[in-house]
Amino acid sequence: MLQIKNLTKIYDGGVKALDNVSFDVPDGQFLAVIGLSGSGKSTLLRCINRLIEPTDGQILWNGEDITKASPEEMRRIRRKIGMVFQHFNLVHRSKVITNVLAGRLGYINPAWSLLNRFPKADMEKAIKQLERVGIADKANQRADELSGGQQQRVGIARALMQDPEMILADEPVASLDPVLAHSIMKHLEDINDKDGVTVLCSLHFLDLVHRYADRVVALNEGKLVFEGMPREIDDQKFKDIYGRDAERVG
Amino acid sequence: MENKNKKASPWKSLQFGLAILAGLLVYAYGFQITKVDLEDLRSERRQESLTRAVRELARPEIFEYEQAEEIINAPIYVPCPTGEVPSLPEPDKSGPYLIVTPSCAAAGETVRVEGYNFAADTKGPLRFIPGSDPTNVVEIGRDNVQTDADGSFVHEMILPERLSEDVQYLRATLRHNVGTPHLTRTAYDTWDKIVETVFLALLATTFGTFLAIPLSFIAARNLMKPVKSPLSSIALSLLGWPLGIALGYLVVRWVNGLSDPFAENIPVNLVSILLMPTLVWLGIRWALPQEEITQPPLNLRLARLGVLFLTILVSFFGLFQLASLARNLGLAGISALGPFAFLGNFLFQVGDIVSIITPALGGLAAGAALSSLMGRIGLRSAEKLTSASVKLFNIVFATLAGAVTFGLLGQLVEWLYRIDQPWYTLWGPVLTGALLGLALAVFTKAKDTLPTGLVIYYVTRTLLNGLRSVEALVMALVFVIAVGIGPLAGAMALGLHTIVSLAKLYSEQVESIMAGPLEAIQATGANRLQTIVYAVIPQIIPPYISYTMYRWDINVRMSTIIGFVGGGGIGFLLQQNINLLNYRAASAQMLAIAIVVASMDYISSVLREKYV
Ligand SMILES: Nc1ncnc2c1ncn2[C@@H]1O[C@H](COP(=O)(O)OP(=O)(O)OP(=O)(O)O)[C@@H](O)[C@H]1O
Ligand SMILES: [Mg+2]
Repeated sequence: MLQIKNLTKIYDGGVKALDNVSFDVPDGQFLAVIGLSGSGKSTLLRCINRLIEPTDGQILWNGEDITKASPEEMRRIRRKIGMVFQHFNLVHRSKVITNVLAGRLGYINPAWSLLNRFPKADMEKAIKQLERVGIADKANQRADELSGGQQQRVGIARALMQDPEMILADEPVASLDPVLAHSIMKHLEDINDKDGVTVLCSLHFLDLVHRYADRVVALNEGKLVFEGMPREIDDQKFKDIYGRDAERVG
Repeated sequence: MENKNKKASPWKSLQFGLAILAGLLVYAYGFQITKVDLEDLRSERRQESLTRAVRELARPEIFEYEQAEEIINAPIYVPCPTGEVPSLPEPDKSGPYLIVTPSCAAAGETVRVEGYNFAADTKGPLRFIPGSDPTNVVEIGRDNVQTDADGSFVHEMILPERLSEDVQYLRATLRHNVGTPHLTRTAYDTWDKIVETVFLALLATTFGTFLAIPLSFIAARNLMKPVKSPLSSIALSLLGWPLGIALGYLVVRWVNGLSDPFAENIPVNLVSILLMPTLVWLGIRWALPQEEITQPPLNLRLARLGVLFLTILVSFFGLFQLASLARNLGLAGISALGPFAFLGNFLFQVGDIVSIITPALGGLAAGAALSSLMGRIGLRSAEKLTSASVKLFNIVFATLAGAVTFGLLGQLVEWLYRIDQPWYTLWGPVLTGALLGLALAVFTKAKDTLPTGLVIYYVTRTLLNGLRSVEALVMALVFVIAVGIGPLAGAMALGLHTIVSLAKLYSEQVESIMAGPLEAIQATGANRLQTIVYAVIPQIIPPYISYTMYRWDINVRMSTIIGFVGGGGIGFLLQQNINLLNYRAASAQMLAIAIVVASMDYISSVLREKYV
């Protein structure tokens, strides 16, 4: 169970990106986070694994307050939270397999990382994850030689390497065409269904939300403006979320 | 607005005129102090020596012929003896010979010198030999003769003012080339020195690069900015450094003592060197498990720490044994290897260097280890204790850390300048440091984190910028004083300059890497070291290679002139030859420099194209 309580983030420049946001996410749920560009979706997801330090509020995960965790504890927490990014964020010049193996870094003793060594079991596991996302044949290619859809699968494989209990996906399909978008979303759905991993996924397209999400939270200028089932988003709610001049597409 | 401009125009032109006048003055003064004087250039003497220098520069002294010399003396009386002229012996006409007519004359008169039977087309001086000894090496005159195709010459010569009643001599020394050309002594010397130059640059570049890489990480703002720690942690880790260095040095010296009795014993050396890696490997395998899912109990962690410590002792013992072995083998090699004795020497020197730097290395490693351990303890205390006790903790340890740090800095100043006034170099700094620490502890909130990373970043940047502005040549001067004239001084100067300038360039590259992958690696739970290894290093490899080559280029260029100030390499030879007006030799060295620099340029551009 993830509980967000009165979460506020004010950036150094004074921008209030999150304003007193509270909601709960039960284990195993597929939660979509929606909202206009600049509404604070990325900020919210990054506060959960403290890539961004929240200004105020609490994030409780299984009862433990993430905002208060020490660096050592944070390492232990982060390795259970996989993250998938809009721009994939692979290390371009490294091999695909190395990018996937990097998902184990939270478990590996840093001294061994200096020597660039991973246990044999991890190597096998990495191949298995690549097989699961269907690109095992690319294992020894450089990451930047892959197409966007393939890179995002590597990103998912990397997150899977962490044996995650939760995955934060920040607009995972925003840089992909609709066909690829569905195939990536299906991978996330599969992980959510089969492995019981909680998924928090920010999305731009409502049809994807309807198709994949169990529940939706919506942000507008840092405030939580909607929380509920995807089908509850009627025209009125839509205008609350996206502004009065917005029109539905697709 | 425009109107106003017009009104001010006389004042403006006056200003303009004054500015031009000031400019003229500046240039006039500049001419004066840089001694621009074309008159001097036009003088005949200067023109002549310039012509000579340019002509000699155009003929680098690289190849030469074996020269055959024909030296023939002919007797002459200056002035004619009173009374009867003694009859002079007939020249031996089987070889080359000279005929002088008349055979006596007064000083200042002209005699006709004919030479026959010399080699054809040869040149050489015709000189007057004062005194009655035909083997005298003193020669007078500036006459030169050249034989024709038959090997003969005719020359009119004015006799010098050297009077004697005895017979004196004229000497023709005719030289000609024989056989095929071969390399000159200068060419060999130049070769020796150019090799020294290239290796000097190589050593400076490799060591410089090696040390610049870690420095570039702590001089990169994006990596250092997130580094923050509470005061308790900073204070303890500051205290950990000197303590660790002292302890580490003592312990490593103790290990050295253990290893010394076996220094000459090659079998023991060999056995320990073979055994150590296995032991160290086993120790590390046990003490540092590759992957850990759950936190192990405290006593297991302590046991691991102990084993790790033992492993480190064992590896230092191995290092000392390795050093002894290298020295012994090196010594044996120097006497046994003949032309490859330099390999033996290399081995010996490496052994020596290892045995000298190992204690220093041990000290530094222990300092780093203890400092990070104590820093961790500080962090833990800040997390676990109540605010009030952390405050107390901070007050005690920040005061102590400030006092120790400033005291040590003061002692460094004392050692450098020998001020010999403990109030200024010991008690003063100790008190200042203590007060600063105390103030910091009192005025910050107990559990607040301070921007340690940024402070380290600014200090490193300032140091780098300061050192970088000192030219490598000037550094070489300093090192010449420290380690004596020779390539070592040059290598150290170039190395230091390489470290600081590369660290700056590298750190700028680190600052411009893509943030996305960094974020992604951090999100997996990777710690700082792992983030650097897996997200930073792969991104900076191409610019690092490119900058290193660029630096290697510069170092080769620099090493050709670092000899001017005594830093070894070809510059020393070049400067010597220029000072001796030996332009042909200097020209050979300049040619060598040009060839080396051009080929380095080419090689590095090819490599850059290939790998970047
Ligand atoms: N590092 C930062 N410093 C200052 N302000 C920031 C920073 N990052 C984001 N912001 C601001 O915070 C607000 C929320 O940004 P955020 O990136 O969370 O929005 P988003 O919903 O993810 O938008 P998008 O859909 O475009 O990705 C924006 O106004 C943005 O300008
Ligand atoms: Mg975003």
